Amino acid sequence: MTDNIIKLTAAETAAKIASGELTAVQVTEAHLARIEAVDEKVHAFLHVDREGALAQARAVDEKRAKGEKLGPLAGVPLALKDIFTTEGIPTTVGSKILEGWLPPYDATLTKKLKAADVVILGKTNMDEFAMGSSTENSAYGPTGNPWDLTKIPGGSGGGSSAALASFQAPLAIGTDTGGSIRQPAAVTGTVGVKPTYGAVSRYGMVAFSSSLDQGGPCARTVLDAALLHEVIAGHDPLDSTSIDAPVPPVVEAARNGSVEGMRVGVVKQFRGEGYQAGVIQRFDESVALLKDLGAEIVELDCPSFDLALSAYYLIAPSECSSNLARFDGLRYGLRSGDDGTNSAEAVTSITREAGFGPEVKRRIMLGTYALSSGYYDAYYGSAQKVRTLITRDFEKAFEQVDVIVSPTTPTTAFAIGERADDPMAMYLADLCTIPTNLAGNAAMSLPCGLAPEDNLPVGLQIIAPALKDDRLYKVGAAVEAAFVERWGHPLLEEAPSL
Amino acid sequence: MPGITREEVAHLARLARLELKPEELEHFAGQLDDIIGAVARVSEVADQDVPPTSHPLPLTNVMRADEVRPSLTPEQALSGAPAQEQQRFKVPQILGED
Amino acid sequence: MTTTTDLVSYEDALASYDPVMGLEVHVELGTKTKMFCGCSTELGQDANTQTCPVCLGLPGALPVVNATGVESAIKIGLALNCEIAEWCRFARKNYFYPDMPKNFQTSQYDEPIAFNGYLDVQLEDGETFRVEIERAHMEEDTGKSTHVGGATGRIHGASHSLLDYNRAGIPLIEIVTKPVEGAGVRAPEVAKAYVRELRELIKALGVSEARMEMGQMRCDVNLSLRPHGTEKFGTRSETKNVNSLRSVERAARFEIQRHAAVLSSGGTIIQETRHFHEDTGSTTSGRVKEEAEDYRYFPEPDLVPVAPSREWVEEIRAALPELPLARRTRLLAEWGISATDMQAILNAGALEPIVATIDAGADAASARKWWMGELARSANESGKSLDELSITPAQVARVTELVSKGDLNDKLARQVIEGVLAGEGTPDEVVDKRGLKVVSDEGALTTAVEEAIAGNPGIADKIRGGKVAAAGALVGAVMKATRGQADAARVKELILEKLGVSEG
Ligand SMILES: [Mg+2]
Ligand SMILES: [Zn+2]
Repeated sequence: MTDNIIKLTAAETAAKIASGELTAVQVTEAHLARIEAVDEKVHAFLHVDREGALAQARAVDEKRAKGEKLGPLAGVPLALKDIFTTEGIPTTVGSKILEGWLPPYDATLTKKLKAADVVILGKTNMDEFAMGSSTENSAYGPTGNPWDLTKIPGGSGGGSSAALASFQAPLAIGTDTGGSIRQPAAVTGTVGVKPTYGAVSRYGMVAFSSSLDQGGPCARTVLDAALLHEVIAGHDPLDSTSIDAPVPPVVEAARNGSVEGMRVGVVKQFRGEGYQAGVIQRFDESVALLKDLGAEIVELDCPSFDLALSAYYLIAPSECSSNLARFDGLRYGLRSGDDGTNSAEAVTSITREAGFGPEVKRRIMLGTYALSSGYYDAYYGSAQKVRTLITRDFEKAFEQVDVIVSPTTPTTAFAIGERADDPMAMYLADLCTIPTNLAGNAAMSLPCGLAPEDNLPVGLQIIAPALKDDRLYKVGAAVEAAFVERWGHPLLEEAPSL
Repeated sequence: MPGITREEVAHLARLARLELKPEELEHFAGQLDDIIGAVARVSEVADQDVPPTSHPLPLTNVMRADEVRPSLTPEQALSGAPAQEQQRFKVPQILGED
Repeated sequence: MTTTTDLVSYEDALASYDPVMGLEVHVELGTKTKMFCGCSTELGQDANTQTCPVCLGLPGALPVVNATGVESAIKIGLALNCEIAEWCRFARKNYFYPDMPKNFQTSQYDEPIAFNGYLDVQLEDGETFRVEIERAHMEEDTGKSTHVGGATGRIHGASHSLLDYNRAGIPLIEIVTKPVEGAGVRAPEVAKAYVRELRELIKALGVSEARMEMGQMRCDVNLSLRPHGTEKFGTRSETKNVNSLRSVERAARFEIQRHAAVLSSGGTIIQETRHFHEDTGSTTSGRVKEEAEDYRYFPEPDLVPVAPSREWVEEIRAALPELPLARRTRLLAEWGISATDMQAILNAGALEPIVATIDAGADAASARKWWMGELARSANESGKSLDELSITPAQVARVTELVSKGDLNDKLARQVIEGVLAGEGTPDEVVDKRGLKVVSDEGALTTAVEEAIAGNPGIADKIRGGKVAAAGALVGAVMKATRGQADAARVKELILEKLGVSEG
């Protein structure tokens, strides 16, 4: 029974709860049991809110008993990345500096999930302050990739992607600053969407890089991601960068997948040195599939994309150096070195030294450097110009095509520890995902097979213009259906059982 | 290209309020140098007459009406405080301007 | 912190050097809510009762701009004859300080909302001096710290500090002048007049009460000297948070004397922040920082640009009230007074009470007479400002009305005012309670006059003999007998009538 419940999609689960075939409590208990059984090995969760989840589930069942209309995801469990504040529930952002902090407020996204009766199982592991591509930078230890526990689950949202791939939750939330939703989705064989910047409120999402950060849905199917997208998106007056426009019809698009007559772009900058052969092979097959399904393939040249990674590693650290200044040991979180003789200034320095991990410190230092007097124009200023050029390249591209496709990541999941001491090698994991964050448009990753050399999942990235998030789902649903038909089952069925 | 020195790293660490250990200073000097060396190519566009992009969406004039909204209770506000006294955040002595 | 500072006399300093000033004024706006969140700005509330995730800088919180804050900034900019930016952004000023929850101040940097203006200020003798305005920009205030364990709440020697963030995030407008040159010996006076004019302007716009003693308006005085005949500016000192008009003048004066002493002895001025001490009228050096500040300004990514439409700006311009200098010029003409009279009125803080008294029905001359005379004296004696006296302009107007109706004479009117100030009630109540009313009963007056004539036959004879001036003695006697409640002019008429003498 439990095994059947946890393998259901979110859409199926919601339907069974609505029809009375399952209760929300049954569904929640099944997932809590699964967490109990496997998370010691996977380490997807930092905090499991058993009581809160069951209380939410009971409330859903009561609503149904009273004949109230249930929302499309009512009673469906979800794993929430530990970057969104949850009132009274620990929120650490994967950092020691916030260990034990109980926020006095809910993020807008948290409120929306609760209002939609989505059951929040707990908070998932992540690279500290979302800085990383492997979840190894969590202060609370790494998360394993359910396909091979010695491999990374991607990052920064590795807890969320691993929870999905190990059937601990059918839905999860991620945040994507340079690829932190899509890259984990790619390496775990799941679906992740970075919506258009401004589509999902950032209020209550602990900031890494404000102009790049964007929350989004993670799921095992394109339709599930769309259902979750619709719940969490929408204008928020508490976020000045929030889009004040209707949410694109993503669910409708996901239910009507098609690429017939669409123009699909392939960017020449998204291949070459550093790309794993099996990844390129699966990507090329995906392009062929799109053509078979009726799409027209267009070759594109986006020269500024070659500068994207460099611009990103100036902008994101610069913003983070300022965003993380508030962690000073004075108002909340960790305080170190307060021995009665140290000044506030010294206590702040000691606290930050003790509370931040090496990658966070590295980026704070890098950002402090890039913004400091004498360097601003050459680094931060130039990076912002690159951003304009990348946006222009996308604009030109989208005059010729409806969507762009690429591999999500240059390689499949690498081994835990393999790149830990080589920041530049680690940063390459986001090569294909970063341009989208810089331009603010929308992108999805979905599974397109296993790389022959290591039998690990490969992600296909679909990129759409800003505000056209629905195109991702229309194309994604068509590709997903075709692949599942070809494979005879969803890709995750090939994952080893834990 | 940039050649970031240990002293520069120490200066950055003071600006960023990080009490780095000596070995970290050394380590970061090398790493920052590598990273800056790799990303410095953005300055290839420095001379180009291109406006910088600070915000991904072209929004302007997002404002709120001057209307009072409920604040946190002082208990909530202070709930995370490492130390408090007289309903205030208690902090070590401040090296001030007096 | 007592250090002796060498000074040269003010005259000697000005004989050799030419002062250049830069004035930076921070004004706390009187909006209902903070600049970036909906917390109330009401003063005097319990610590940390007006905070939220945004103004406490909690992880995840985001700012949203207060529209009235922007509107107030535009009002101030327009009143200062500035250009209003068509497009500008907020920027983060990064530095760590415990009173600043985010450890950056959301401010504006190279794109202020208002720039390139001027303010004409009037000096004591009525001469006008134009102070050029560099910019006015929006930012937010910090929290307040209380220092515990040291002497008299000072930061120095304190064992720890306590932070209240009720003030954190209250909107501030920072107004920065261009270098003020050419004021010469009058530089300190110009500084004071500028801050006063600015305060009047802010109050007239209704964007802040601008009470310096409450910290709603604070001034930084930057000052440097250069030898006469040279162009290049000297190194400046920055005297922070000067909190009264008088202190602005004294701080500028002190720094001129101090700089001159350093320079004329061959020393160099170090660029530093200094603190003004009200008690001694002197400044002392702030903490010397090991390293230069580097604020690492960059555009605030959590806020979108502010692009005030020209229509909105023109709407605001059209709705601006009459500005203080224009109003003073108009009143001066209407009242027919001199610039010196007007300056005396301003110095006494009597302008608003006088105008309010006139608005309540008094004639201008009477309103001026009472506020600048009796009431100014009373305020002076009790060490209060005019607006702290417990009498309203409407009550003063009522007193002048009673005088003009002949119900009171000036002497009685003074007693009525004295009674109102003493808390005995409204003017009419004081009149009733004290029984202060001009005796206008002709019968009673006539009796009193006859008694006075009978009691002073010698004087009466003198008057009959043509010495009309002697009537004053008899008037005095009648006034005494009526306890001052008679109309002196009428008494004199009656005396002359009875004695058959006609005036002049
Ligand atoms: Mg300022
Ligand atoms: Zn607030």
